[in-house]
Amino acid sequence: MINLKIDNKKVEVPEGSTVLDAARAANVYIPTLCDDPLLEPFGACRMCIVEIKGHRGLPTSCSTPATEEMEVTTFSPNIEVNRRTTMNLMLSDHPLDCQHCVANMKCDLQYVAGYVGVREQPYEGETRSYEKDRSNPFYVRDLEKCILCGKCVRACDELQGRQAISFGYRGFESKITTPFDLPMWDSTCESCGRCVDVCPTAALYDKSAEKNGLAMEETRTTCPYCGVGCGLILETRNGKIIGVRGDRENSVNEGHTCVKGRYGWEYVQHEDRVKKPLVRRYLLEGGSKPKSKEESDENPLWDWVETSWEEALNITAESLHRIKEENGSDSIGIMTSAKCLNEENYLMNKFARQVVGTNSIDHCARL
Amino acid sequence: MSNYTAIREWADEKTADKTRIVVGLGTCGIAAGGNKILDAVEKTLANNDAIKADVVSVGCIGICYKEPLLDIEIPGKPRLSYGSVTARDTKEILENIFLNNKYEHKKALAVIGDETFEGIPSWKEIPFFAPQERRVLRNCGFIDPEKIEEYIANDGYAGLSRALVEMTPAEVIDETLDAGLRGRGGAGFPAGRKWSIAADNIHTYKEKNPNSDAFGYVICNADEGDPGAFMNRSVLEGDPHSVIEGMTIAGYAIGATYGYIYCRAEYPLAIERLKLAIDQAREKNLLGKNILGTEFSFEIKLKEGAGAFVCGEETALIASIEGLRGMPMPRPPYPAQAGLWEVPTIINNVETLNNIPVILAKGAEVWAEKGTEKSKGTKTFALTGKVENTGLIEVELGMSLREVIYDIGGGIPDGKEFKAAQTGGPSGGCLPASMLDLTIDYEALAKAGSIMGSGGLVIMDTSTCMVDVARYFLTFTQSESCGKCVPCRLGTKRMLEILTRITEGKGKIEDIALLEELAPSIRDSSLCGLGQSAPNPVLTTLKYFREEYEAHILDGHCPAGQCKALITYTIDEVDCTGCTLCAISCPVDAISGAKKELHIIDTDICTRCDTCRQVCNFDAVLIDGNLL
Ligand SMILES: Cc1cc2nc3c(=O)[nH]c(=O)nc-3n(C[C@H](O)[C@H](O)[C@H](O)COP(=O)(O)O)c2cc1C
Ligand code: SF4
Ligand code: SF4
Ligand code: SF4
Ligand code: FES
Repeated sequence: MINLKIDNKKVEVPEGSTVLDAARAANVYIPTLCDDPLLEPFGACRMCIVEIKGHRGLPTSCSTPATEEMEVTTFSPNIEVNRRTTMNLMLSDHPLDCQHCVANMKCDLQYVAGYVGVREQPYEGETRSYEKDRSNPFYVRDLEKCILCGKCVRACDELQGRQAISFGYRGFESKITTPFDLPMWDSTCESCGRCVDVCPTAALYDKSAEKNGLAMEETRTTCPYCGVGCGLILETRNGKIIGVRGDRENSVNEGHTCVKGRYGWEYVQHEDRVKKPLVRRYLLEGGSKPKSKEESDENPLWDWVETSWEEALNITAESLHRIKEENGSDSIGIMTSAKCLNEENYLMNKFARQVVGTNSIDHCARL
Repeated sequence: MSNYTAIREWADEKTADKTRIVVGLGTCGIAAGGNKILDAVEKTLANNDAIKADVVSVGCIGICYKEPLLDIEIPGKPRLSYGSVTARDTKEILENIFLNNKYEHKKALAVIGDETFEGIPSWKEIPFFAPQERRVLRNCGFIDPEKIEEYIANDGYAGLSRALVEMTPAEVIDETLDAGLRGRGGAGFPAGRKWSIAADNIHTYKEKNPNSDAFGYVICNADEGDPGAFMNRSVLEGDPHSVIEGMTIAGYAIGATYGYIYCRAEYPLAIERLKLAIDQAREKNLLGKNILGTEFSFEIKLKEGAGAFVCGEETALIASIEGLRGMPMPRPPYPAQAGLWEVPTIINNVETLNNIPVILAKGAEVWAEKGTEKSKGTKTFALTGKVENTGLIEVELGMSLREVIYDIGGGIPDGKEFKAAQTGGPSGGCLPASMLDLTIDYEALAKAGSIMGSGGLVIMDTSTCMVDVARYFLTFTQSESCGKCVPCRLGTKRMLEILTRITEGKGKIEDIALLEELAPSIRDSSLCGLGQSAPNPVLTTLKYFREEYEAHILDGHCPAGQCKALITYTIDEVDCTGCTLCAISCPVDAISGAKKELHIIDTDICTRCDTCRQVCNFDAVLIDGNLL
C-alpha cells in the first residue's frame, strides 16, 4: 500500500494507483476528460493537472503514479489559470449548441466546463467542419464535437481489440479516423458501441438518442442473448427502452457488450413480439394434424392460439410421453438455445439423457 | 596480442602511405556537384597513367559554402584542400600537382592539418576554421566513411576495446559521468546519469524477467527533424562508425544487448552508410556475438523514421519503432524505466553517442578540458541564414554568439546589420543584438529564454520581421503537432492565427495580451517538449522585439518592410532615371511614367510582389520610403 497526501488529506491506495486514483479515494474531485479507469492513462485533455511537491510543472494526475509520501495539491491559482486556458482553447473549436445536442446534460465536457467556470470565448478562430458520418446503422460520428480525448481509440483497441479507429493527420487537422479515412461502415468496426459508451461528448452517439431526450429510469438486468450473462443497464423513459449500455459494475463484462446486447433491443417492445405461449388449435380442440403444407395453409385447426403456460407445458409433456411410448426414446431429439443460461442448458442435457433417454441433444450455436 | 591490436595493425597497414585524392561527397558536396568532380578525377586518372592515387569520397568537413571540395594527400606532404572547384579546375589541379609538381592554384583553399605549405594558408588561418574545435567532426571530411580501416586507423574502436577489456560496466558509466557529457539532442540531460538509472532498472528487470529476449535497449536518435539542421546527418554520413561504437559502449555500460538507430528516412545516404558500417563492424567482430573476444554481445538494427518532427520525442520515437503512431506518452514511466516494448531503454542523440568513443579512448579528464563548468565539451551547429559563411561548425561550449557569428560566420552580408539569432530550431528563441556576448552553454541559453536544442543556429539581419519569424516557426510547430493534447494542438493554432492577423495588418492591441496569456500556458500545460517549447519564438520575440509587434498593430507599419499588407512601394524622385524597366516588368501594370521621366506606382493596384525593386538598376524603388 502507498500512503500519500492529497490536499493534506491522508490517503492509502494500493500499489499501481495513480495520483487521480488516490484523489478519488480521498474524495477529492479532479476534473478529467480523457481518463477512464478501464483504459490506459493517456494525458491528452490536460484537465487533471495538479501540483506535486518536488515535481516540476503541472503533472497530470491521471498518468502520474502515486508514490509514498507524495504531497499533492489539486487547487492553486496556477492550476486554475492553466486549466481555464486549456478549456477555453478546447471550446474555441467546439460547437456551442448544448441545448440542441444529444449529449445535453450527460456531457462530460459540459460538466467540466461548468466546473472550470468559463464565461467568455477569448480565442476566436477557425473551427473544424466535417460531415457527420452516419454510415453505421447504430451510431453517428460527429467529428465537429470531438475533443480528441482518444478514449474511443483506446476502447476499441484495449477493450474490444478491434483497432478500427485511430488518430490521423497532424496539427489542427488531427482527427479520429479509420484506415484510409473511409466511412465507419467500411472499416473493421464491429458496432460494439464501446467507443460510443466512453465518448465524453456527442462526437459519438447512438442513433436512438436522436429521437429521445434523457432517460428517466435505469434498470440493471442481464443480456438475454447468450449464456455469457453480460450485465446491461436499460435506459428507459415512460416505461420504454430508449437505450442500452453495458453495466460497468458487472464483473462478467465490466461494461462491455457485443453489438446485439447494446443495439439489438428493439424487439423488446416490438408489436410482433410473442409474450404468451402459443399452441396449434388442433392440440387444444382435438382433431388431427394436417398431412401436408397445402392442407395446413387453409386449415383453421393449424392456427396458433394463445394459452396458459400450464396448458402449453402439459401438452408438450403428454406429447413427449406418447411419442416415447409409440416410437422409443431415440425418436426424440432436443435443441437448446444460446439464449439460455449455462445452468438451463445443463438441465436440458439431464432432461434429454435421463428423463427422455435420448442422446440426441444439440445447441443452436453449433449450427 | 589482443583482438583489438590485431585489427588496428590490419587497419594501419591498409591505410599507410597512400596517395589520396579526396572528394567531398556529403549531401552538401553532392548538392554542389561533387559527383561531377568525382567523374573529372576519374577521367583525369584514366587519361594519365602517371597519376597513381586512391580516389576517396568523404563526408562533410563543414565548410559547405566552399563545396565542391577536392583534397590531395601525398605521403610526406601536408593535405591540401581546394574549394569551389569545377570539373575543369579538377583536371588542372591534378595535372599541375602530379605532372608538374605545382601546387598553387587559384582555388587553393587551405592546408588541412598541422603542417604548413609555402603559398597556401593553413586552415587555422582561415577565419571559418580558426575558432573551431573539431572533436565531434574529428573524422568528417577526413576518412572515407565506407572504409572501416580508415576509422580504426584514426583510433576508432579503441574506446570500445578499452571499455570491454579493461573496465567494468560501472566504470564505463563513471567515466561518462566524470566527463560531464550532457545530451546533445535538446534537453542536455547528463548522459552518465541516464545510463546509471537505466543500468539499475535493467538489473531489476533481469531478475524479474530472466527469460526475456532483451533486457535493455540503446536507441540512437537520428531523427533530426528541425528544419535547417544537418549536424547529425553530417556525422552519420561522414563518420558512421563513431555512432556505432558509441552505442556499443553504451550497451555494455547499461547491460543492453540490442540497439536501434532511428534514422530519418529523408537521409538515404546516411542510412546506406550506416548499413554498410554495421556490416563491416560485424565482420570485424566489433559488433555481434562476443565482441573482441569478450563475453559481451550486442546487435544493432536500423529503423527508418516516419517523417514526423514529433517522432524525435523519445516516447513517440519508441511508439514509432513499435509500429504505432508516433504520439508522445506522459512520463513517468521514463524510457529508462519502461521503454521499448516495456523494457528499460536509453535514448541518446547521434552527437552524444559520437562523443563516447573519445571519452573512453582519451579518458574523461582530457575530454572535459574543453567547455564550461556545467557545459563540457564542444557542440556542432548548423550555421545558416544571413551570415557570410554558412555551414557545419563545431565550437567549444562557452564561446560567445558574437565570435560564432562574426569570426566563424564572417559577419552579416551585404553590409547589413545583425538583428537576431535563433538557437534551438523551431522551438528555440530569438536572441537580440544586446545578447551577442551571451556564451553558448545550456544554462545561459535557457536563462535567455531559448534552448541549446540540437544545434540549429539561424542568423537574421535587419531585413527580417520578427513577428513574421514567430509566425513562420509557429506554422511549423502547429503543422507538426501530433494533435493529442489541447494546449499544443489548439494553442499553437490560435497563436498562429493571431500572429498571422498581426502580419496582415489586422492585429488588435489586445492580441499582445492574448499571446502573453496563451504562450506561458501552452508551455506549462502541454504534454511533450514540442508543445512545451513551441511558444519560445513568441515569448522571446515579445520580450526582445515588442516594439515591432506594436508597430504592426498601432502604426500599421512593418519596420523590417517585410509584411506585404503593411508596406507601400514608391519610386524615388531623384534616383529614378525613367528607364521604364520597372513598368515593363510589373505583372499587374501598376507602374506608369514616360520614358526618361519619373515613374509612379499606383499603390491600389500594386500587389507588393517586389519585382520592380529587384529589377531596378538604380536602387530607386523604396519600401515605406526606405531603401532596403
Ligand atoms: C518534438 C521533439 C523533437 C525532438 N527531436 C529530436 C531529434 O530529432 N533528435 C534528437 O536527438 N532528439 C530529439 N528530441 C529530444 C529527445 O526527446 C531526447 O531528449 C533526446 O534524443 C535524448 O538524447 P540526449 O540525452 O542524448 O540528448 C526531440 C524532442 C522533442 C520534444
Ligand atoms: S463500435 Fe466497437 S468495434 Fe466499432 S469502432 Fe467502436 S469500439 Fe471499435
Ligand atoms: S470521438 Fe469522443 S471518445 Fe473519441 S476522441 Fe472524440 S471525444 Fe474522445
Ligand atoms: S505537446 Fe503537441 S506534439 Fe506533444 S503530445 Fe501534445 S499535441 Fe502532441
Ligand atoms: S484526464 Fe488526465 S490528461 Fe485528461
